[in-house]
Amino acid sequence: MTTTAPATAPSSPVLVELDGLRKEFGGGHGSVAVDDVSLTVHEGETLALVGESGCGKTTLTRLLLRLLAPTAGRVCFEGRDLATLSAAELRYLRRQMQVVLQDPYSSMNPRWRIADVVAEPLITHDPAARGRRGRARTRERVGELLEAVGLDAAMRDRYPHEFSGGQRQRVSIARALALEPRLVVLDEPTSALDVSVQARILALLAELQQRHGLTYVFVSHNLAVVRQVADRVAVMRRGRLVEVGDAAQVFHEPRHPYTRQLLDAVPIPDPRRARRAGGRAGGAHGTRPGADAAAAGPPAAGGTGGSGG
Amino acid sequence: MTDLNPTVPPHPADSPPLLEIAGLSVDFRLGSSVVHAVRGVDLRVSAGQTVAVVGESGSGKTATALSVLRLNPEPPCVYAGGEIRFDGRDLLALSDKELGRLRGRDISMVFQDPMTSLDPLQRVGPQVAEVLRHHQGLHRARAREQTLAALEEVGIPEPERRYRQYPHELSGGLRQRVMIAMALVGRPRVLIADEPTTALDVTVQRQILDLLVDLQRRHAMAVVLITHDLGVVAETADHVVVMNQGRVVESGSVLDVFDRPVDDYTRRLLAATPRLEPA
Repeated sequence: MTTTAPATAPSSPVLVELDGLRKEFGGGHGSVAVDDVSLTVHEGETLALVGESGCGKTTLTRLLLRLLAPTAGRVCFEGRDLATLSAAELRYLRRQMQVVLQDPYSSMNPRWRIADVVAEPLITHDPAARGRRGRARTRERVGELLEAVGLDAAMRDRYPHEFSGGQRQRVSIARALALEPRLVVLDEPTSALDVSVQARILALLAELQQRHGLTYVFVSHNLAVVRQVADRVAVMRRGRLVEVGDAAQVFHEPRHPYTRQLLDAVPIPDPRRARRAGGRAGGAHGTRPGADAAAAGPPAAGGTGGSGG
Repeated sequence: MTDLNPTVPPHPADSPPLLEIAGLSVDFRLGSSVVHAVRGVDLRVSAGQTVAVVGESGSGKTATALSVLRLNPEPPCVYAGGEIRFDGRDLLALSDKELGRLRGRDISMVFQDPMTSLDPLQRVGPQVAEVLRHHQGLHRARAREQTLAALEEVGIPEPERRYRQYPHELSGGLRQRVMIAMALVGRPRVLIADEPTTALDVTVQRQILDLLVDLQRRHAMAVVLITHDLGVVAETADHVVVMNQGRVVESGSVLDVFDRPVDDYTRRLLAATPRLEPA
């Protein structure tokens, strides 16, 4: 409809600004994982970062969280350049930026009880959570957090392996919320989950966002999931942003051919439409494998090889 | 309602099944505890037909698929009941030697992660050729020739160069193509594909799905496709079997199951599936 570019920027204030970000790995002949990315994240929105493996989306979130330092460019949180902050200032700011990863099991010490897993950020960042008096208060806070994510407070004395994948993801959300952050980076938070569990986790995330006014950066390769959760969508390919826009625009009127290609590749869970759309549909086969492979094989091979080297 | 889409199943469901699973029960026995992973599953697939087995983790879909070639680890797996008939024989009753002759020749499998089926220390070409040398007793040169043709058929560019590469030198999509080539080089009549595209990016998944459908049609294979993705089912399957907690809760043509799901679990699964176009 309207083609004015600034229409994609929501009215709420900018929380995070990425400006000309670049990240190279591996010195002289290394690869460029993120290449000149400028992007804003606005307060209260869900910005989805989509792209295929090796496109740089995870590296971009690591730069955003300053778990990695950029080769060039800046990351500003509420206008403050993260690179200029002292260690103490950065540490304080980190309370406001949390992350939830795809596989919560790998981010939990298997020998810790859930209470310790969830309390860790509190104990790290908040002196009042330590010591004898802090301990009781922390335990209570952990119980509240578990209940906020739909778990029973009594579960805090169990170990990670006693939880299902969905429950573990709830635990890692509880842990991310412990410090009352403003921004949560969700890196493929439901990719390892069954669809029915995924639906419940997405509903929980939406509810928490509303209740706490959270800002989400939602990293996903699953466009159907992104369609459900995102206000705006940024599409990455080979380290660059190819398209940023309102979710409705990106899904309905993609401007970049790569976005179109991604959308067309998503299997449609409707046998009539799927067949009409041409996935398996009438007679496209026969020409496809050879032609497609010739066109798509080399870049696919190059992409993976490149990120490995 | 009655006017079905003309591109749907070219193969009538009443053609005789090539592979028939009847009342299959599979237990996993660990110490004193028993998990009934598969409980009385029925499934039949004819030549040229694709049957999708859908379910979430723990539904028993993979245990069912692995049972066909008796690939579940025994112990702890015990085939507690039922039959798997292929060509008039009960596969569960065959000796290991007889079954070994069927594997890769009459019935092949493709797995989610090609790295688990490819030997990382061997070049990919000879691994594919091995299937031919083993099952058809082909000599090195003939096997190599047919392998190159197979790599080409699955859309691998520069097959001569790829033949000499190691698995880690290939992208995920190419590795999956190699595995498909390996599964199909013996011209099996039944292909069992367990989440063959789950680990792949969407654009690569699209190519692999198109490839599987194309090869299936060209060779009139019977395909059993194990997946959790209803999008993949909608695009590839003629018939759908929905599993939950070891049981088949619904079974029918792909249009019936998507249009008029009978079982409550199927309905919930359909409702939970995210869509690009909200319904």
